[in-house]
Amino acid sequence: MREFSKEEIDSVLDLAQSLEPMARGRKSDMLAGKILALLFFEPSTRTRMSFETAMKRLGGSVISLGPAEGSSISKGESLADTVRVIGGYADALVIRHPKEGSARLASQFSPVPVLNGGDGAGHHPTQTLLDLYTIRKESHLENLHIALVGDLKYGRTVHSLAYALSLYGADITLISPLTLRMPDSIKADLSSKGTIVRETSDLGEVIDNVDVLYMTRIQRERFPDPVEYQKVASSYRITPEFLARAPKDLIIMHPLPRVDEISPTVDDTIHARYFQQSFYGVPVRMALLKMLIGGG
Amino acid sequence: MAEFPAASREDERMDRSKDEPGGLRVKPINNGTVIDHIAGGQALNVLKILGISGTTGATVSVVMNVESKKLGRKDIVKVEDRELREEELDRIALIAPAASINIIRNCKVTEKRPVDLPDEIVGVVRCQNPNCISNTQEPIKSRMLVKGKNPVLLRCLYCEQPLTEGIAEYLI
Repeated sequence: MREFSKEEIDSVLDLAQSLEPMARGRKSDMLAGKILALLFFEPSTRTRMSFETAMKRLGGSVISLGPAEGSSISKGESLADTVRVIGGYADALVIRHPKEGSARLASQFSPVPVLNGGDGAGHHPTQTLLDLYTIRKESHLENLHIALVGDLKYGRTVHSLAYALSLYGADITLISPLTLRMPDSIKADLSSKGTIVRETSDLGEVIDNVDVLYMTRIQRERFPDPVEYQKVASSYRITPEFLARAPKDLIIMHPLPRVDEISPTVDDTIHARYFQQSFYGVPVRMALLKMLIGGG
Repeated sequence: MAEFPAASREDERMDRSKDEPGGLRVKPINNGTVIDHIAGGQALNVLKILGISGTTGATVSVVMNVESKKLGRKDIVKVEDRELREEELDRIALIAPAASINIIRNCKVTEKRPVDLPDEIVGVVRCQNPNCISNTQEPIKSRMLVKGKNPVLLRCLYCEQPLTEGIAEYLI
């Protein structure tokens, strides 16, 4: 996401907006005859299925490498060779791989465009674009005050999102347990771009003056002590009672899957947007596919 | 090419030790490359960056931890009969940003310049992220983008992990 300009992001979001009717089922043959290859070397539900849906809704077709074949290939053949071979079968590739930087490597060797579907703990740019699309549609990107909550150390989605939001001059509050704070190098980068970054461990501090609460999952395996995990996890749990002080137009987002961080009773409140957010992955990925292989 | 006769004597003087008035630790070379003003203790890393080992055949003199007005302690490396290329030498700035390069021909310094890091360093420094694709068996060389020169800030082209401190530990 670091290499995207604000104008480039806006053009993806504009195109996604115009493709949303197709994402909802209106027939299209924009990508008829085109083939997208899905190279998922790690399990994925939302990213994989929404790319597949996006391609099929635009009239294209999909070939895929399942996680099992992916892992057997990764034992023997180099990723460079794999993408060279599969790039010969398709018009574009989507890759998800456990190693950081793998999408960049794939783009160096593939004869066709490569989309990064998440590489290790690195980047997940299509998630960031759909997050921005959600914020733009359901709230506002300009003069935004957003709180990023949860695992800000290892969570790749929040790193990419924070970079992108810095282009829009967002005011960002980072809320996490001490052990899961955002890496200093990223905070320094954001500050150098003029972004206001605050940091706290207390979710209650911002609830009455924030536009977007972006929740992430705190993984149990990050805590050697299960008691400590329970303590931390419960302090970052959103409930309708907690939202009583929230402004009416506050929206709650989550890249999903959620575990305990958002109570299911929040789903029916006016604040919940995480399922719409998940759906918006389809028009955003449609826009990227159209730009890359649909002639603009 | 311009010649710098005065500087050639400077080249000799820089080897003189205060402990040994009038003596030279290493004699001046007739032809080749002299790398001066290397931060004390970094000479062996400089050789590593240049790919010079005991098996490369070059005659190499290394002076370590001599007094320097500029650096306190400095190292000097002299490579005889070999004029190192600019792009090879500029990598030295990774660990010795104050280093200066003297190209010697017929006992005279014909070129003298500081080192200047290029915008990208390929195949010299490994990414510190163990989960980076560049640290696997893929057929690629490490690629570091130079984002800052003083202090040195590198960023892996693949995983974007920054590297600022302890760069010498990551030399390939």
